[in-house]
Amino acid sequence: MNGVEEDVLGELTTTFRSGRTRSVAWRKAQLQAILKLLDENEEEIFEALKQDLGKHPVESYRDEVGVVRKSATNALRCVEKWMAPQKASIPLVLFPARGAVVSEPLGVVLIFVSWNFPISLTLDPAIGAISAGNTIVLKPSELAPKCSSVLANTIPRYLDPEAIKVVEGGQDVSEQLLQLKWDKIFFTGSPRVGRLIMSAAAKHLTPVTLELGGKCPTILDTLSSSYDLQYDVGFKVAVKRIAGGKWGPCNGQACIGIDYVLVETQFAPVLIELLEKIIKTFYGENLKTLGNLARIVNKHHFDRVHNLLKDPKVAASVVYGGSVDEENMVIEPTILLNPPLDADIMTEEIFGPLLPIITLNNIEESIQFINSRPKPLAIYAFTKNDSLKEKILQETSSGSLTFNDAMIQFICDTLPFGGVGQSGYGRYHGKFSFDTFSHEKAVLHRSLLIELESRYPPWNNFKLEFVRLAYDYDYLGLILLLLGLRGIFRTNRRQ
Amino acid sequence: MDAEAIVKELRGTYGTGKTKSYEWRVSQLKALFKIAENHEKEITDALYSDLSKPELEAFIHEISMMKTACKLALKELKRWMKPEKVKTSLTSFPSSAEIVPEPLGVVLVISAWNYPFLLSLDPVIGAIAAGNAVVLKPSEIAPATSSVLAKLLGQYMDVSAIRVVEGAVPETTALLEQKWDKIFYTGNGKVGRIVLAAAAKHLTPVVLELGGKSPVVVDSNIDYKIAVRRIIAGKWGCNNGQACISPDYIITTKENVPKLLDAMKQELEKFYGKDPLKSGDLSRIVNANHFQRLSKLLDDNKVVDKVVHGGQRDENNLKISPTILLDVPEDSLIMKEEIFGPLLPIITVNKVEDSIQFINAREKPLAAYLFTSNKKLEEEFVVNISAGGLLINDTTLQVALSTLPFGGVGESGMGSCHGKFSFDSFSHKKAVLRRSFAGDVPARYPPYTTGKARFLKALLNGDILGLIRALIGW
Repeated sequence: MNGVEEDVLGELTTTFRSGRTRSVAWRKAQLQAILKLLDENEEEIFEALKQDLGKHPVESYRDEVGVVRKSATNALRCVEKWMAPQKASIPLVLFPARGAVVSEPLGVVLIFVSWNFPISLTLDPAIGAISAGNTIVLKPSELAPKCSSVLANTIPRYLDPEAIKVVEGGQDVSEQLLQLKWDKIFFTGSPRVGRLIMSAAAKHLTPVTLELGGKCPTILDTLSSSYDLQYDVGFKVAVKRIAGGKWGPCNGQACIGIDYVLVETQFAPVLIELLEKIIKTFYGENLKTLGNLARIVNKHHFDRVHNLLKDPKVAASVVYGGSVDEENMVIEPTILLNPPLDADIMTEEIFGPLLPIITLNNIEESIQFINSRPKPLAIYAFTKNDSLKEKILQETSSGSLTFNDAMIQFICDTLPFGGVGQSGYGRYHGKFSFDTFSHEKAVLHRSLLIELESRYPPWNNFKLEFVRLAYDYDYLGLILLLLGLRGIFRTNRRQ
Repeated sequence: MDAEAIVKELRGTYGTGKTKSYEWRVSQLKALFKIAENHEKEITDALYSDLSKPELEAFIHEISMMKTACKLALKELKRWMKPEKVKTSLTSFPSSAEIVPEPLGVVLVISAWNYPFLLSLDPVIGAIAAGNAVVLKPSEIAPATSSVLAKLLGQYMDVSAIRVVEGAVPETTALLEQKWDKIFYTGNGKVGRIVLAAAAKHLTPVVLELGGKSPVVVDSNIDYKIAVRRIIAGKWGCNNGQACISPDYIITTKENVPKLLDAMKQELEKFYGKDPLKSGDLSRIVNANHFQRLSKLLDDNKVVDKVVHGGQRDENNLKISPTILLDVPEDSLIMKEEIFGPLLPIITVNKVEDSIQFINAREKPLAAYLFTSNKKLEEEFVVNISAGGLLINDTTLQVALSTLPFGGVGESGMGSCHGKFSFDSFSHKKAVLRRSFAGDVPARYPPYTTGKARFLKALLNGDILGLIRALIGW
């Protein structure tokens, strides 16, 4: 007997073969349906995000609903342009001919979603897969069960249920899905599971996009020659953006969230002082009344993050916060100054509200610091020094590099979003999402009118000479050769 | 060979940043070009020894293609390396953004035996152009070319960053255990799966250039002579069918068969004479294993009586003559695996349009060809056939165009190469966003309020009027 997963694949394959997902009309209708789904179910989505992760509706709008709306609107506006074949230029030797690159859907694609942005990380890649004309299985994370069920309830009501399916479940369901042959797998999550996905995909030669994470560093330069940094506007804005990039998105549980800050030793005290002030204004002082802050997703992750703090040397480095509320799974925004570099907190992705500050003698050392670790998904650098900017740009490698802000690269549709090395591979957002779910088919049209004898055996020296000239696009030489004059005007005879 | 030591050394070189400079890339591309320029004879001799490849074929398909790729990279490199400015939206205003290509690091190229020179150096050109350190593993099945490559690259290239590792399965296995920043493999799906599984351990992205059964659809109302010549050039004129984009089988209508077959026989004789086993213009079968494999396809009970032309074999010289089979059953061996040799089955259908369904019922091939003068059929073919590349009214030429991506889909592989596509395959496209400290929007930060919510909605939707309203509190 077939499993549920196989039936789903079978149905989606049939739909794909029918060709209906290829039409512009179908793609646009689905994108519009996503917008409608968001409009009509916004409150329900907010509520689910509140229950799963304690997200405030403003945060939910900013990081989830709003992001998806923006992507869907952009895709609606651009999809026809993306679908248009790209003309390719053809050398004269092949005249008459025309070439084009035609984007076509890959087929039936599987999208695995992580729990930290359960709505946007489901619908944002789905927008790419729809724009490219694929049929889709969405597998939401079981660790955000309310969101998973909202998606499972609403998607079939708004989107084409024979082409786009939500399959809910845990590890067993994921394993079942991975047994099957997909035309593409898009995965957001950890490197550990990423490896499993890739191994499973290898059996079927399925291409994979892996959106992973890593320890995203922030370089904070002095920004000012003034001695009183805390009154410097640039520095204040920078620290605010760092706080926003650390605790703002799902309380640090974000793949592009700030993992740690690199700063010169002399500026660490001012940085800590400002951060404390900002934390108090943004989120409040008392652990019991903290607001505007997502909670830790579950007991497992709560323990994981809490354990990072339990190492005595790490505990000793806490300069702010550090208290936890196990019952409500809240961990206070916590600042650490120079925890040991070999402690787990500095070797593993933190994915939680702890912010280590690592001091350096000279801010340029940050490049070496970053390069001696796996390539992160994002690097943030706050500096006004153009030569330092250039050095960071040239000498470090990361999925993205943002100067003087954090997180905001995520919402730029014109920039590819994706990692490199340990932070993953493949990219999406805007046209890149469309490309990720498309095959770029090379199409060359020739005419049957003109025929060059020299392409065919039996081979002789004349043909060899002809081909040499053709490859050099030496049209004058070709004409002379054909006229039998080549020997007289021969200039660059080779052996 | 110590794979680990080599990777370590190359990583050291890469770490110095030397391979990233424009000057280094150019010097290495020029050195590659010189290899082809100065050692043409040595290379064609090696190809003759490995495959009895006719000199002109070796020159056209391997040396010239490689030189053209080199020249193109030298000419375009500055442009390829240049960061691409992109627009930013109101949401992140004020800001500027660009996409900066950067090398991936230390990459591995595993090459194939059928075009052992081109398929080794073409990806290496891309890897160098993108600024990577490279290990090349040529195929042990073309030993003469492998050793020429090892010798010449050792002489001409910067060996602190570019290495050739010769060897067979154990050496390849040792290489695959290392952590690479990219693996570029040309070959078959079986080994492709092994490469992917090995890459999974290190999260290494992979390009797989595989093959498949590339069909040729022949319509009526065309000039058979030209069509047939182009089919022959793509089939037997490409290493005697041992090419990943070679026509694997023909689909045509029953009425077309007599005319098509006549033209085939005539042109084949013109090209290769009455006794093609003696022709110097045909490659041989690479080795005894492959000769056995192809013999098995021919000796299959289901097809023995289907041979309508050729069929001669010379086991001692590893030669098989151009062989055409008519109406082979779909469940015969020859229709189940990639032929990769001089056998060409013809499948007949009632209507030429039925060929689309026939092709779509099988794995996606690397190439699909159509000969027709019917625009509507051409359009249907382009829309409905999924393959790495499509070529209408010719064969194999798509491979010579640097403006078209070359690469498969589904069983025929993933990723693409040639021209800028090669450069891109060996580059990471880094997203770079530059912001100033002005324009900090309080709505991004808590404590969250309804006003902030409205503002954010307007901002993310790019709704300027809404923004103004939210700001003045309407």
